[in-house]
Amino acid sequence: MPHDNSYTGQEFKVVGNRFARPDGVDKVTGRARYGADASAPGQLVARVLRSPHAHAKITKIDTAKAERLSGVKAVITSDDLPDLTGGDRGMADILENCMARGRALYDGHAVAAVAAVDEQTARKALKLIKVTYEVLPHVTDVDEAMKPEAPVIHDWVFTGGVNPQPTKPCNVANRTEMGHGDVDAGFAQADVVIERSYKTEQTHQGYIEPHACLASVNSDGSAEMWVTTQGPFSYRTVCASLLGMDLAKLKVTSSEIGGGFGGKTHVWAEPLALALSRKANRPVKLVMTRDEVFRATGPTASTSIDVKVGAKKNGEITAAELELRYQGGAFPGIWGMLGCMTGFACYDIANQRSVGWDVIVNRPKVAAYRAPSAPMAAYAVESIMDVVAEEIGMDPVDFRLKNVAKEGAQAPYGPIYGPIGIESALNAVKENPHMKVKLKKNQGRGVACGFWFNIGGQTCVDLNIGTDGSVNLAVGTVDVGGARSSMGMIAAEELGIDYEDVKVHVADTASLGHNDTTEGSRGTFSSGMATIFAARDAIEVLKERAAQMLDVPKESIQWENGTASATGAENSNLPTLTLKEIAAKSHNTGGPIAGHNEVTADGAGMGFAAHICDVEVDPETGLTKILKYTVVQDAGKAIHPDYVEGQFQGAAAQGIGWALNEEYVYGEDGRLQNPGFLDYRIPVCSDLPFIDTMILEIPNPNHPYGIRGVGETSIVPPLGAVGNAIANATGVRMNHAPMSPIRVLEALDRAGVSGDQVSAG
Amino acid sequence: MQVSLNGALRSAADGNGSVDVDAATIRELITKLVDRFPKLSAEVDKGVAVAIDGVVYRDDWTVRIPDDAEVFLMPRIAGG
Repeated sequence: MPHDNSYTGQEFKVVGNRFARPDGVDKVTGRARYGADASAPGQLVARVLRSPHAHAKITKIDTAKAERLSGVKAVITSDDLPDLTGGDRGMADILENCMARGRALYDGHAVAAVAAVDEQTARKALKLIKVTYEVLPHVTDVDEAMKPEAPVIHDWVFTGGVNPQPTKPCNVANRTEMGHGDVDAGFAQADVVIERSYKTEQTHQGYIEPHACLASVNSDGSAEMWVTTQGPFSYRTVCASLLGMDLAKLKVTSSEIGGGFGGKTHVWAEPLALALSRKANRPVKLVMTRDEVFRATGPTASTSIDVKVGAKKNGEITAAELELRYQGGAFPGIWGMLGCMTGFACYDIANQRSVGWDVIVNRPKVAAYRAPSAPMAAYAVESIMDVVAEEIGMDPVDFRLKNVAKEGAQAPYGPIYGPIGIESALNAVKENPHMKVKLKKNQGRGVACGFWFNIGGQTCVDLNIGTDGSVNLAVGTVDVGGARSSMGMIAAEELGIDYEDVKVHVADTASLGHNDTTEGSRGTFSSGMATIFAARDAIEVLKERAAQMLDVPKESIQWENGTASATGAENSNLPTLTLKEIAAKSHNTGGPIAGHNEVTADGAGMGFAAHICDVEVDPETGLTKILKYTVVQDAGKAIHPDYVEGQFQGAAAQGIGWALNEEYVYGEDGRLQNPGFLDYRIPVCSDLPFIDTMILEIPNPNHPYGIRGVGETSIVPPLGAVGNAIANATGVRMNHAPMSPIRVLEALDRAGVSGDQVSAG
Repeated sequence: MQVSLNGALRSAADGNGSVDVDAATIRELITKLVDRFPKLSAEVDKGVAVAIDGVVYRDDWTVRIPDDAEVFLMPRIAGG
């Protein structure tokens, strides 16, 4: 083991403070450079022609007229992107998703692209491209797609995970089963067994900044790309592979990012910009419209879920079962599998089984969205937890605590948990003053829990000490939520210097070794680990230089509070040396002083949260208003508490939007009806109260500072918390998210609940 | 040691939920499992992780596995 990752419980001086964010002024004054803010001499503008059909055979693409239009410098189709994937199914899917290859698989699928001298010319050129389609039957609903009579989208998909493997293709890509114990025996022990079904609609990450890049391929085959992304290194890997380039010849620089939440872990149009640039021999800028972002990037799955829970009257859950159907868009996904792995993760259930179905439909290729797949499974589980609690006459928080997962419990996906924070979170919820706020007529309160794995991954950083003692730290994880500040704090903590003396920047792919994408709540965990080790590496150099300056052996030098001193009575007359003093003499002691680290950051600590939600439901309109919302989550160790709270609040806000408003609406023709923020409504500030937060710190034993990822977990509970609050307010259980006014009104009507009958929760 | 498998990994291991393997490191474990169950090779290519006594290792195949460890082979997940 090259480094000791174990938690040491050290006392902190810098970590835990709330410094002003280093990117704040640039962002509010418009100085920050996002994906669309780069330009190059002679750059062209790219536009993409997209399928208006949900499913169609492309019999001919005639680009001749477009190519003859003055100002058009390149037109590409799939012919310009030969398949170099060598049988790699995943990569072939990405290639086909970027540009249709003989068939359009969903409304918005790219069919051709143009690079022209300006936007107007590019748009005119798109109209001159004549595509001949033969429209095919389509299916966009997950349950419909699983039926035997559904149109089969791919003739090469045979359901995996079933025995024997089918000989006929179908839209079910995979079946996954997880669990342990004897479910049938468990249900037989139960006093109460309840079954329910839930549906969730497809949502988009809704990042404010659309996808944008500036690609420039040189005549020698080298290339550069400026792009908004969560993973410049993975963008480089995928783009280079699809275009047949050497990694070292493609330099990718990540811009400031205006939100990603998983949607910028994946390439969409970036390979097209590179292919256009290669063909035109000019730089090409490609900025997606909002319509394109909705229709042709990677929203989350829509789902259909059955859940069954058996419990004794004393509250002990004896068995639980989930059947999860997730659509992954037009290509096979892993989303149902993730639902299986996460659904029951908050609870210690001896007998449990989860079966997940990954289904292909004529919708855009699903991508990760903040704790992907977990919110939908949690909606079903957290809803039925309240239903069962009510049936056995137990307080819903106490029922959860009775069954809560603790250290030593077995996760749904197999392993035994180490120290985890869900019991502490639920106890904190129970004691929170929020729980004592009085509710009025039409108001209700709901509690729900959530889990996300968190990950680590390949990471490296460079730490360079200038001759004045100030420090540059280069990291390879994109700053999606405060990385520059947090990494600066960690470097300062280790070196024993002021936070203001460290400047952090996100390096491009030519300046640093491979870093995995900033996803899975890995940024602070992984780059934090690498920064600690790089700083310790630099301290060893500083000690060596100090030893030279004091003319003592290195072994006698100790490093404390940013200062080197020689130990032992014989050295008591020697001066101490600050980092700045050592740096100033570095030219005489061996040259530049730096620390480096390359690490595979394994041992990520699981993330758990519990939320409290108060709502008021208008029985006349079905509108649900969030009155008060509290997030309790385990952060392991909060490096910069402001940013941690921001992650909690942002995730909760996205979950609330999912719970109440957001959904993809497809017409009978298989076309997306609401690809814009007017008709696809994400919550804005006026929709939400201030979201209260409570940070718990149960250290992750596998990180020197105890850090756990915090970015995703809190999107998991809101669907259940809001649904439980609505049920508490109205007495009516919602089983379909978003729980929009029309659905709530319909549910109230079905239940025969009039406005007068709705009473205090 | 006993290695437990779930989901698609169990299917690829001919339906075995638990397999006896003598391996000192994650690399040796995966190599021996693939030798025994060739269908696992495709799953390994898609990405696997190994949980040793509850700690999930996604990438580092040099990690040593203690003799009496609880070991799970699981899909390698990412996130948003």
